[in-house]
Amino acid sequence: MLWTDGFGMFGRGLDPWSEFQRIENEMNRVLSRFVSPSTSDFPAVNIWTDGEETVVTTEIPGINAGAIDISVVGKTLILKGAREPDQLANGNSYHRRERWYGQFTKAIELPFTIEAEKVSAGFSNGILTIRLPRSEAEKPKKISIKSV
Amino acid sequence: MADKAKDVQKKEAGKTDIAERTRAAKIYNPDVDIIEGKDRIIVIADMPGVNENSVDITLDENVLTIYGKVDWKVPDKMKLTHAEYGVGDYQRIFTISGEINREKIEANVKDGVLRLTMPKNDAPRMRKITVNAG
Repeated sequence: MLWTDGFGMFGRGLDPWSEFQRIENEMNRVLSRFVSPSTSDFPAVNIWTDGEETVVTTEIPGINAGAIDISVVGKTLILKGAREPDQLANGNSYHRRERWYGQFTKAIELPFTIEAEKVSAGFSNGILTIRLPRSEAEKPKKISIKSV
Repeated sequence: MADKAKDVQKKEAGKTDIAERTRAAKIYNPDVDIIEGKDRIIVIADMPGVNENSVDITLDENVLTIYGKVDWKVPDKMKLTHAEYGVGDYQRIFTISGEINREKIEANVKDGVLRLTMPKNDAPRMRKITVNAG
């Protein structure tokens, strides 16, 4: 930024610290593109991409693989699932209860249309991995230039 | 959304919880349930990415340490374009009160969930002491 008006900044009655606040906000905004999630619904997902396909991974331990519902509509991937709470036997009590239970639904918008027929998913050690190939029709085509 | 309020973010272990490490990976605190019954204590921990060979459990005096190593590969030639969680090892340390029968501790891991069953000693070493007047 330019300090063309010098001390005028303070003279106008502005809080001099507000400028630092603005810079901090700006830094956070720039950095957040790399680190922070754009949605905060459970479960947390990581998304990997190359030009051909996208891989979505999520950590949902303790779920029965058959109880995970994955659907794809256009550019959107929808994950549904549930984990039942443990049934306490008689006379048992919780000292701590931190683990999640219940149902979840999460919709994830991807950068391109998905070839729904070719989506595959695997579940191993509580990590769900979904491979979503990009729709053939949408792949970039190389255009050759002919000399006339 | 689930019935139980969930933290979406994994909890990274605080510096004071862990000894200095030689392995370059983050450490997360797994979420646990601890259930106590008459004859046993059950510890259940969510440790996605861990299998039966990569989890280490030690009970030293009354200190129970759970450590799970996560071996994880970046998908081939792909770029991480959106990240909501980090990947790393798991560690959690508990102080166990009461007498545990060390010989009979059982542990199993299924779908990234560790379940640890610690039977209590059969004969409770409790004695009632009568207080005499006088």
